[in-house]
Amino acid sequence: MPDQQPFEQPGEPRGPVAGTGTGGAMDLAASEAAGLAPDPGGPAPGGPAGRPRSLWSDAWHDLRRNPVFLLSALVICFLILIALWPSLIAPGNPLQCDLARAQDGPRPGHPFGYDGQGCDVYTRTVHGARASVTVGVCATLGVAVLGSVLGGLAGFFGGAWDAVLSRITDIFFAIPVVLGGLVLLSVITSSTVWPVVGFIVLLGWPQISRIARGAVITAKQHDYVQAARALGASNTRILLRHIAPNAVAPVIVVATIALGTYIALEATLSFLGVGLKPPSVSWGIEISAASPYVRNAPHALLWPAGALAVTVLAFIMLGDAVRDALDPKLR
Amino acid sequence: MLLEVSDLHVEFRTRDGVAHAVNGVSYAVDAGQTLAVLGESGSGKSVTAQAIMGILDMPPGRITGGRVLFRGRDLLTLKEEERRRIRGAGLAMIFQDALSALNPVMTVGDQLGEMFVVHRGASRRAARARAVELMERVRIPAAAQRVRDYPHQFSGGMRQRIMIAMALALEPDLIIADEPTTALDVTVQAQVMDLLAELRREYDMGLILITHDLGVVADVADKIAVMYAGRIVEQAPVHELYRRPAHPYTRGLLESIPRLDHKGRELYAIKGLPPSLTRIPPGCAFHPRCPMAREVCRTDVPPLYEVSPTRGSACHFWRECLDGHAVDGPDRARA
Repeated sequence: MPDQQPFEQPGEPRGPVAGTGTGGAMDLAASEAAGLAPDPGGPAPGGPAGRPRSLWSDAWHDLRRNPVFLLSALVICFLILIALWPSLIAPGNPLQCDLARAQDGPRPGHPFGYDGQGCDVYTRTVHGARASVTVGVCATLGVAVLGSVLGGLAGFFGGAWDAVLSRITDIFFAIPVVLGGLVLLSVITSSTVWPVVGFIVLLGWPQISRIARGAVITAKQHDYVQAARALGASNTRILLRHIAPNAVAPVIVVATIALGTYIALEATLSFLGVGLKPPSVSWGIEISAASPYVRNAPHALLWPAGALAVTVLAFIMLGDAVRDALDPKLR
Repeated sequence: MLLEVSDLHVEFRTRDGVAHAVNGVSYAVDAGQTLAVLGESGSGKSVTAQAIMGILDMPPGRITGGRVLFRGRDLLTLKEEERRRIRGAGLAMIFQDALSALNPVMTVGDQLGEMFVVHRGASRRAARARAVELMERVRIPAAAQRVRDYPHQFSGGMRQRIMIAMALALEPDLIIADEPTTALDVTVQAQVMDLLAELRREYDMGLILITHDLGVVADVADKIAVMYAGRIVEQAPVHELYRRPAHPYTRGLLESIPRLDHKGRELYAIKGLPPSLTRIPPGCAFHPRCPMAREVCRTDVPPLYEVSPTRGSACHFWRECLDGHAVDGPDRARA
């Protein structure tokens, strides 16, 4: 078709490039650029040295100087380490208990004392990290992927799909989490973490979906999305290159904070007896087991509870730090 | 004819009823020509442009009639995929506020290069090289370094140059510039306008310049279309329009420009406000504000009368308007 020709032109410029009418300004700019050309990768004159190149490297640049991030990242790295290899710092067997020592206080080699069953609180607290971190990380990943894909598409395309999805999320918001957990999880006998992860994903995705939807709708209304469309970008490209990077920050922030609350939720469900069940080791089970004896042996409750609180706090602080770093306007 | 818009109608469904944003707009631009579309906010000039580009938000917007012929093909009947390929390569747009029209999380180099990736399948490296070339073309100093910067690290004028570079990237046949200098300082406005006019000449493109600034128009446009309440009320070659407006609205606009020789006198203003687009007055939409309005203006919508082969006026009394006290030459617009 002859009239399609203009849209698929070869790369050569049509007109004279350095026209006579361009005048001195262009020559100046050109010579300036030429003078600087030998060092194209170097820092710009006057700018900060070694200017970072992308949103993510800029964010990383900021995060490295943020004490809140460094502290929470340190705590989280330590947690992940002991979740993977608990025997590194607690070589004992968490299931080896001695009833004769029930509720005893700390002694050399057993710094946190003993719980109601005569188990070593230190060993059990360290080994409990694995269940908490597994639930937190897996549930957050599941929630983030499911929620942002469903919510993002609803926000981008709108229409009927959006309306249906919004009503579905409303229904999920109406389910009380603890009550839902009691009902759904009480029928499951598995003692692994996966039913708990599945339950959290099922009830957690609407929160992220709503945030992703809102973030995509906000990003979609920006002029640069219209500009990208005016310059011929496809829907996929607009969604992935222009909207997603501008909408992902709130999702990351909420997901990081939610990770902490999911760990707390796992503990809550385990405390109520429907989450992880003995012989699994988890902070929720420890807290639950220790609560009747809190007057006689507070240490058996306080150590796992403290570990839980520090973990949740670390993830929430991390979420805050990441949010600040991902907002280019705060820079 | 490069672009021919005929009898375009666009409406928006709102809570307060249907807003008739564009009511039968027709204009045409040839290669190498600059058409200025002049009008107040809400006159439909930007909506017309969005309809041409195919970036109108639908819903709530709806194109209810008309044709947009680009090189003889009606854009409104093309498939989305075909239109997408024309956007950027055949037709491009410059937005008013470059800060919000550039993606804050992408470097300007990535955004400029995106044009070549999307339309030409260029590699990242090749796209980056073309981006630097484009930035030099719009005279951004130290382009090779600044290509890695984010939009917020540029000044307003430089950002608008980047917008212009993006529009120019694939050497389109027609550029629509939607108030390209409104967000800029007056001194920078002139530089950006000069650059745009110069590049238009260099590439021999058509240019639709949407503006409410009569001063900008006088220097660069070949012809002007004045819009009011979604209609074109007057269309004329630029110098004829400045010399003898054939519509009372155009005359009102020209008279409300401050002039040095009117120092000390009160500045003229068109009385009243533009009509709400959900309740456009019957007859001539301008009649409630028109000093020349008569009975017929309240009832009959004036067609675009042919004033001369190159001019049109949608006023029942265009002859009287034309013969009325003539306004001086185009330089009054720049006073």
